[in-house]
Amino acid sequence: MDHLTALENKSIFIIREAYYRFRNIAMLWSVGKDSTTLLWLVRKAFFGEVPFPVIHIDTTYKFPEMYRFRDEYAKKWGLNLIVGRNEGQVEAGMGPGKGTKLDCCNELKTNALKQIIEKNGFKALLLGIRRDEHGIRAKERVFSPRDENFKWDYEDQPAELWDQYKSTAAEDNHFRVHPILHMTELDIWKYIRRENIPLTELYLSKNGKRYRSIGCAPCCSPIDSNASNVDEIIAELESSHTSERAGRAQDKEDAYTMQKLRSLGYM
Amino acid sequence: MEERSLHIVIVGSVDHGKSTLIGRLFFDTGSLPPEKLEEVKRVCEELGRPLEFAYVMDNLEEERTRGITIDIAHTFFTTPKRKYVIIDAPGHKEFLKNMISGSSQAEAAILLVETTRGIQEQTLRHCYILSLLGIKQVAVTVNKMDLAGYSEAVFLDLKKRIEEVTARYGITPSYIVPISAMEGENVARRSEKLSWYKGPTMLEALDSFEATKIEEKGARFPVQDIYEANGQKLIAGRIEAGTLREGQELWVLPGKSKAKVAGIKKYLEPDLKEARAGECVGLVLEGADVKRGDILSESLAPSITTTVHANIFWMIDKEYRLGIPLTFKCATQEARGKIERIRRRFDPASEKEAVTDSDRISQAEVAEVDITLSAEVAIERFSDIPELGRFVLEHEGHPVAGGIII
Repeated sequence: MDHLTALENKSIFIIREAYYRFRNIAMLWSVGKDSTTLLWLVRKAFFGEVPFPVIHIDTTYKFPEMYRFRDEYAKKWGLNLIVGRNEGQVEAGMGPGKGTKLDCCNELKTNALKQIIEKNGFKALLLGIRRDEHGIRAKERVFSPRDENFKWDYEDQPAELWDQYKSTAAEDNHFRVHPILHMTELDIWKYIRRENIPLTELYLSKNGKRYRSIGCAPCCSPIDSNASNVDEIIAELESSHTSERAGRAQDKEDAYTMQKLRSLGYM
Repeated sequence: MEERSLHIVIVGSVDHGKSTLIGRLFFDTGSLPPEKLEEVKRVCEELGRPLEFAYVMDNLEEERTRGITIDIAHTFFTTPKRKYVIIDAPGHKEFLKNMISGSSQAEAAILLVETTRGIQEQTLRHCYILSLLGIKQVAVTVNKMDLAGYSEAVFLDLKKRIEEVTARYGITPSYIVPISAMEGENVARRSEKLSWYKGPTMLEALDSFEATKIEEKGARFPVQDIYEANGQKLIAGRIEAGTLREGQELWVLPGKSKAKVAGIKKYLEPDLKEARAGECVGLVLEGADVKRGDILSESLAPSITTTVHANIFWMIDKEYRLGIPLTFKCATQEARGKIERIRRRFDPASEKEAVTDSDRISQAEVAEVDITLSAEVAIERFSDIPELGRFVLEHEGHPVAGGIII
């Protein structure tokens, strides 16, 4: 079995395991390349269907291209799309110019997500994070339990042997399930190429610039690049040394911003 | 270049330099992104320390300030020969469950021993865990040769003791390599200071490992879930061994009814006639009703039983007392049960004799036990079909032990 097929099968196994275990689950779709790949894998796992809601956490600061892409494919793929917004904070003017990046991400993303989980009572969320993205994400489990305060207890994570994922204990409020944790950025692009997965044009070069990682528009910087198709992106990554999230402002504020955000329940 | 990545776990006692070794390996092979190096340099300056290669792996604030590894980290690394997933495991006894979690994903291991402290309790324990998990490809690195003046005599003395210990636990190291992770000697670059050593560097030792081959065995298909798709009932699961073919007759275990594969389905891949080990598929079955946890098998080779005889490793700090209820999880099978008999138990890190016919198992101990279950399961010896020969025990939703069926 080739490398990409092995990665795909591992992901599908995890997705089906989460669905069997909890039934009442949802997946987070940021509309970026990773969660769009996850969404593709979910469709493959369930023979073309997506049998649970797809949540888009909308900070209101996303790129217009992302909203357009979201609406187009939500319709095309028949998704049960839930848009989650922390309305109170959006109205109060929370944004990248106000407070720290940590505060803004925490309010507009983590707390928006908390509201959605509380409202719908989801028992597990599928997330498209990957171990090679960030040193903190390298330490995640595939099935990661969260308590009622959403806390990630990174100092005492459960054992996870082979493909046996932890059952639900009394204190577990919900699980974060990470079906593409084992893929690298390059794996994702090669899989996108093989499967012909549609993506927003933000990743492709325009006037010598493209985005390598996307989130909220004010907090993402494009990189210098002439890669205008997936083949060229793969060639560029194979010769590049810079890390994927070098353009993400939240990682720069403090060496431990990602750890702090994640321990509070950030994706 | 080989297609698949090889998963390698780095184990050994506290402070023997596991994280430093990986950081050094990345640095010396130019695998570190420049901003990562900048971040590590900045944090080291803030903490008033010299450049600490371990911080490449130890990313939690607590890990850096306390100078320890708390949890496993998976990182990705490429040589001209192949891709690697390198799993850094913590060395403390209290984080043993994390070390076992990491090792359970590995096909090969590097065991670190360092010159000043030599073989420690955790060295022995890790060595035994590797052996239990069936990891046969192990290279040993003797680290901190710089602190031993790069002395051949020190190395040979430690090498002899390493060979005794590994042999006792059934492991034959492919190489024993003298290195200095801190100074980068014999990690990715051949050391002049260790010129008396003629074997491979650590990086060459890594490249000498072989990827696990998938052997041709009888088909096994644990049922994961049942779906309805396009008006058709599909039995979802992953083929754990062998090949499934359209028209094939299979036993449904543990009930021993028979079913026929009327179709093999994958999304966007019509007309599949067969599928192989490792593939997730949906089956159209004729002749039997199946449910999650049933094992579809080409033969009646699996044992159908309510008693499991196995070696287990106890991972949590709370001890087990005979009779405490547990949940047994093997492939997609799950059954309630308890340990009925503890034939023998021992601490692989200690010289003490094993205790026979005991009523308890303590943290980090290994035990040979009989587990009785409330329902029949289909199991096999780990050496025959690994996926049906290994299991996890849980108590109140928490994994407490892993086991290997003997």
